Amino acid sequence: MEIKPIDHVVIKFAGDSGDGMQLTGGQFTNNTALLGADLQTFPDFPAEIRAPAGTLAGVSGFQLHFGSHKIFTPGDNCDVLVAMNAAALKVNIKNLNPGAIIIVNTDGFDSKNLRLAHYETNPLDDHSLDHFQVIRIDVTKMTREALKDLTLSTKEKDRCKNMFVLGFLYYMYNRQLDSTLRFLEQKFHKMPEVLEANRISLNTGYSFADTTEVFTSRYTVEPASLAPGVYRSIVGNEAVAMALVAASRRSGLPLFLGSYPITPASDILHYLSKYKNFGVRTFQAEDEIAAISASIGAAFGGSLAVTTTSGPGMALKAEAMGLAVMLEIPLLICNIQRAGPSTGLPTKTEQADLLQALYGRNGECPMPVIAASTPSDAFHATLEAARIAVEHMTPVILLSDGYIANGAEPWRFPQEKDLPEIHTAFAPEQQEDTVFHPYERNEKLVRPWAIPGTKGLEHRIGGLEKQAVTGNISYDPDNHEHMVKMREARVEIIADYIPEQAIALGPEKGQVLLLGWGSTYGAMQGATQQLLSEGYAVAHAHLRYIKPFPRNLGQLMQQFDHVMVPEINNGQLVKVLRDKYMVPAVAFNKIKGVPITSRELVNAVIDLLANKK
Amino acid sequence: MNDVLKAKDFQTDQEVRWCPGCGDYSILKQVHTVLPQIGLKREDIVVISGIGCSSRFPYYTNTFGMHSIHGRATAIASGLKATRPELSVWIVTGDGDGLSIGGNHLIHLLRRNFNVQILLFNNEIYGLTKGQYSPTSPLGKVAKSTPMGSIDHPFNPAALALGADATFVARSMDRDPAHLQQMLLRSHQHVGAAFLEIYQNCNIFNDGAFEVFTDKGSKLTAGMYVQDGQPLVFGENNEYGIRLDGFQPMAVQLGEEYSKDDLWIHDEKNIFKAQILTRIFDEQSMEGHLPRPFGVFYAAERATYEDMLNAQVEQAIASRGVGNLDLLLRGSETWEIEA
Repeated sequence: MEIKPIDHVVIKFAGDSGDGMQLTGGQFTNNTALLGADLQTFPDFPAEIRAPAGTLAGVSGFQLHFGSHKIFTPGDNCDVLVAMNAAALKVNIKNLNPGAIIIVNTDGFDSKNLRLAHYETNPLDDHSLDHFQVIRIDVTKMTREALKDLTLSTKEKDRCKNMFVLGFLYYMYNRQLDSTLRFLEQKFHKMPEVLEANRISLNTGYSFADTTEVFTSRYTVEPASLAPGVYRSIVGNEAVAMALVAASRRSGLPLFLGSYPITPASDILHYLSKYKNFGVRTFQAEDEIAAISASIGAAFGGSLAVTTTSGPGMALKAEAMGLAVMLEIPLLICNIQRAGPSTGLPTKTEQADLLQALYGRNGECPMPVIAASTPSDAFHATLEAARIAVEHMTPVILLSDGYIANGAEPWRFPQEKDLPEIHTAFAPEQQEDTVFHPYERNEKLVRPWAIPGTKGLEHRIGGLEKQAVTGNISYDPDNHEHMVKMREARVEIIADYIPEQAIALGPEKGQVLLLGWGSTYGAMQGATQQLLSEGYAVAHAHLRYIKPFPRNLGQLMQQFDHVMVPEINNGQLVKVLRDKYMVPAVAFNKIKGVPITSRELVNAVIDLLANKK
Repeated sequence: MNDVLKAKDFQTDQEVRWCPGCGDYSILKQVHTVLPQIGLKREDIVVISGIGCSSRFPYYTNTFGMHSIHGRATAIASGLKATRPELSVWIVTGDGDGLSIGGNHLIHLLRRNFNVQILLFNNEIYGLTKGQYSPTSPLGKVAKSTPMGSIDHPFNPAALALGADATFVARSMDRDPAHLQQMLLRSHQHVGAAFLEIYQNCNIFNDGAFEVFTDKGSKLTAGMYVQDGQPLVFGENNEYGIRLDGFQPMAVQLGEEYSKDDLWIHDEKNIFKAQILTRIFDEQSMEGHLPRPFGVFYAAERATYEDMLNAQVEQAIASRGVGNLDLLLRGSETWEIEA
């Protein structure tokens, strides 16, 4: 059979939340990564662990975009859809490219499934899919048949359906099965019959694809021309967890994590709890407030202290963050954002906690805000946030989001020796008769980190306003104003210790600057590349430092006729930019719980330029 | 060096700002008296408080200290103790701070059994906010926010602590310095979370709330000092005692019918008896009330959270070796792109 090279492809695996689509997608992703293709993924699952089977609400999806060139996003629309049931088809059909391949499990299109998916007629029979290439397989029946000699229950056998599908796709894309066979052996080595069932299903799916005559050709994607080096696949939450361990190593401080489980941040707690041999101490607290409070206690004691959460947890931690600002102690607060307000859409992505991060506390309460832009960038952003926290004795907010947290991309991982060192110095012992001043500052406006157990440094600090230098309680009006301004100044001075803002792609001056932060990075890169190729003078700059802004940001924006700020919120960064720089920045917003696509941005820029003419 | 530390070494240069006559002064004095006796250096002691009158305590004690936010001292202390187990950590809280806004963290600290001391100053009123009823105010308490009397059933702090599986539960009072010093020492000696409720008079908003236990005329019949291994006796001349009739504690007069041999012998390690003992919480105005017990009600050994946490870290290092960051960064599957 002919093997046809293709440039890039978007595959979506969709089924019931119990169908194992996340695992299937993850396996296909690993297999793809090992081939050297570039890729981006987007897992999209319901909040319910096992939503009612067959319903639209229960559809769990995993989208993978891979190709032989640089891939910026998980793809706007799909070229291939795996639909395990009618609901999975219904939810995803609007996002298919014309002529897309749909692989359906026909068993998932019985009358009950059709009713649950609100189909009046069977789409497999009513010609509504005629402009697609539909491959029908009774996956349930074939999997059961393949496993008929095993003693497992029917329910257990049905759980192997996803491996049949995976095997089928491996054939279609001309892949080896090794990586998944290794994974299965590791996962099921204590359950030999389950292991055997999964192996058989995977192989049966592969062989079925080989013998069936549905294909006229197989596809292959050549390795992408990524920078030379050794790569691995990385998801954002794991990157944050590893960066925290790296920060602990580079600072020589033991890592303490106080956390309370919350979607989509919990995986950071899971990862770190496995890293105990790095001296990591994790504390699953009774609530969000206890989680940050315990971290404050650990920071007071000299640990690299971290708390991880999402928006609702940020709201609960606000008062304690204020305490950390008053205490001027290092603390890292990681907010893996999700769609809000309140419980909102817990498993969907959003960037709507920026203003909360900047302003969401009582009183004048400034703290640095750092944003991660991609799964691999989450590593470097987290490490940088930890550096600022420790070197500037301040709580720092790191913003990630559900899309970065669960999305995967190839990562040319660094070596420990190449990572920046984080400079730490505890205040030294002193004679008992010398008075210690806990709020005396150095040239960076940083006070000493005076940890308990150090002779001569006994001192008392707290949430009440402090007298400058001595740290004693002070109700003096002039002192309060001085301290409010000091707390702002010591955050602003950090701008002297961070890099200037660079242009990520495009010219230094031109028509439109696309200026963003966080997980819109990929879509903005893709859109900019497209617009540049069409002759527009468009550039992309992406902020890692949102508080303080890089010193040259204002100047950088002035080099463009227009500044457009795409955000998955109702316009937050754009407000801050307008406020600080008085620029007529234009907002582009999408608040649907899903990423912005490159196509949407391209259209928005073209519209902007057309309307302004 | 240590043996020369005196109470005054634990005083600070800060002006003490409690109301004149406040019970907090006595508690501060007893703590300053006891700290030199426990043989620790000042720099190895940390006092952490929340918000409220009692929570000003750290400013007046010359050790490391943190006056934190309302209700969270217990949680902050948990993180400090988890990472710095060698420090002596004292939590100072009140009935509002520890049992209302901070109730959740208190019970969780107790069940986890961090090796800390919790001094809960109970004055049955909100002082710093100027006189609202607290979670320990008695039913019917007329206060700023309860002009017709409180309809909140009050907490029994000792029973609550025991219900949260505290390993050490004791009660004392501001106006009995010798007993308070003894209880502070016992709290410190206990390995695990020591919960010490201290009755403290707020002479501005709730004066005399515990007068019946401190007044010369009534204190020996209204209160009862329990000691490990000793029978439960009370009265001017210990002429009364408590005996257990099944699960029911009863006050009896010693003499013809009952002798000390018939009485309940206090056993600090007996959780079942401790539950009955802490449940002796009668209103002193009630007919046939039992005396309010003071002393150590329960003291048992259980592994501390920080010991178990650090044991897991050590075990992980012993079985897997000190973590190798390069291997962690590399992960399980890699591929190479050649130049």
